[in-house]
Amino acid sequence: MKIDRKEVLHIAELSRLTFTEEELDAMGEQMGSVLEKFRRLDEVDVSDVPPTAHILPFVNVLREDKAAEPMPREELLKNAPESDGSAYIVPKVLE
Amino acid sequence: MTADYEITIGLEIHCELKTKSKIFCSCPNTFGGEPNTHCCPVCSGFPGVLPVLNKTAVEYTVKAGLALGCDISRYSKWDRKNYFYPDLPKAWQTSQYDLPLCRGGGVAFKGADGEDKFVRLNRIHLEEDAGKLIHEGGVTRVDYNRCGVPLMEIVTEPDLHSPEDAVAFLTELKNILKYTGVSDVKMQEGSLRCDVNLSVARKGGPLGTRTETKNLNSFRSVLRSCKYEAERQIELLESGGEVVQETRRWDDAAGEGSGMRGKENAHDYRYFPEPDLMPVVMSDEDIERIRATIPALKQQRIDKYTAEYNLSDYDAALITADVAIADLFDGTVAEGANPKKAANFIMGDVMRLAKEPGSEDVNIKITPAQLSAMLSLVEQGVVSLVAVQKEIFPKVWGTDADPAAVVDKLGLRQSNDTAEIEAAVKEIMAANEKVVNDYRSGNTKVVSFFVGQVMKATKGKANPKVVNEVLSRLLKG
Ligand SMILES: [Zn+2]
Repeated sequence: MKIDRKEVLHIAELSRLTFTEEELDAMGEQMGSVLEKFRRLDEVDVSDVPPTAHILPFVNVLREDKAAEPMPREELLKNAPESDGSAYIVPKVLE
Repeated sequence: MTADYEITIGLEIHCELKTKSKIFCSCPNTFGGEPNTHCCPVCSGFPGVLPVLNKTAVEYTVKAGLALGCDISRYSKWDRKNYFYPDLPKAWQTSQYDLPLCRGGGVAFKGADGEDKFVRLNRIHLEEDAGKLIHEGGVTRVDYNRCGVPLMEIVTEPDLHSPEDAVAFLTELKNILKYTGVSDVKMQEGSLRCDVNLSVARKGGPLGTRTETKNLNSFRSVLRSCKYEAERQIELLESGGEVVQETRRWDDAAGEGSGMRGKENAHDYRYFPEPDLMPVVMSDEDIERIRATIPALKQQRIDKYTAEYNLSDYDAALITADVAIADLFDGTVAEGANPKKAANFIMGDVMRLAKEPGSEDVNIKITPAQLSAMLSLVEQGVVSLVAVQKEIFPKVWGTDADPAAVVDKLGLRQSNDTAEIEAAVKEIMAANEKVVNDYRSGNTKVVSFFVGQVMKATKGKANPKVVNEVLSRLLKG
């Protein structure tokens, strides 16, 4: 099953990605095959399994409201593709 | 033309919670700071990190919900709201979609026309705030200090029908939130922000298409943008056009709104359950424990002030208009001050300094102990009320100074020395025999002349009470 081009373009736009014509075709194929794999889950009989919001049997995993030292900025920004030493720098996103 | 249309407004109010740490990590939740100095791998969206929910953020949201009459969910969960924009480094915002912490509730308020009104709330959910983008010099700089600050989103039903009522409602909502103590609700610092959904329709006709104006950060811009948008939609319909459902932004300096273009406007959040966070379950005991932490709200305090302290309705309303003022008043009375005198001083002198021009925020820079000490100095005749108002209060404001020490430092201690005042009065009477005779022949108004002269002679330090007493005794002859 292939995802149609319109859907791929929509997802590309939401993800702020640009694809060439060939990539668009390949993406449609690949996304379709991923979905196909997941579709197998539909075959499992879950008629006697209650719906849940989470797969783990835990609730109320909470932390006391205590502040701790944040990460040193130098460390924090070390892996940023671009920074000015105080802020991350990204391509201009507004006019 | 406008009269043929009905405006319908619903609001989404974002309110930052005043916790010590962020919602999913222990970075400090403090306003401002150098860019990216309140951050860690969790709130900066590093891969492989695990968020852990802040208990107080949950409890504050429930507390606000209880103060606003909401039903508290016994079971709520977390979801990812996916969008790709650099203010959220993970490419999603952790939020609540179908099972929020609070549902329903509402706010009663006085409309701009004086009518009693009610706005229903749809829900309150908890989520993380986004970072700040600074657009300059052809690039965008990103500061994640605010990213991960606990943010409560309050969504109203579309129950408002004028820009003025939107502001009246917001004023009341802000007030309640401030009383609960869960947020600073400072619009200037962005801890309270508002999105406006607005549509217009011909009276009696079907509801119109709505637009959403994002991120309004003052009551003034809510009012102006609502007026602008209603007029824009009506003009569009009148000229045969159609309102397009879109997200808009408001330029307060220019006084105009504009639609966001294509990509910014594309919404498709593809919510899905957050696998890294467990659901929150609230028991009845939890809810009652949190309810017990809600302090006396506005109406309860108005009732107390009018019944126990005999304040007028008007004075009680003024003092409770902001919880910081009401707290100062309560504290000052608790320190032993006379409620009426404390109220008068707060409404006049304190309010003048606490409210900066053009700001909706109140900044109290005096403690109940300082205020009570000043009033007690007046009461004991140590210093005149005028001297407190003009000289002492402005020097105590914003400092930890002891008012009595300020009185001494400025040499303002009032003279209650009857003998000294008598001597001064006698001297003045001797020099003004004609005026004394005027008084004795029935023109008692000239007493003010003598008061003025005595004050001048004692450099304003004579206790007016003693001066009046001495004058009326000696002038009678
Ligand atoms: Zn952090």
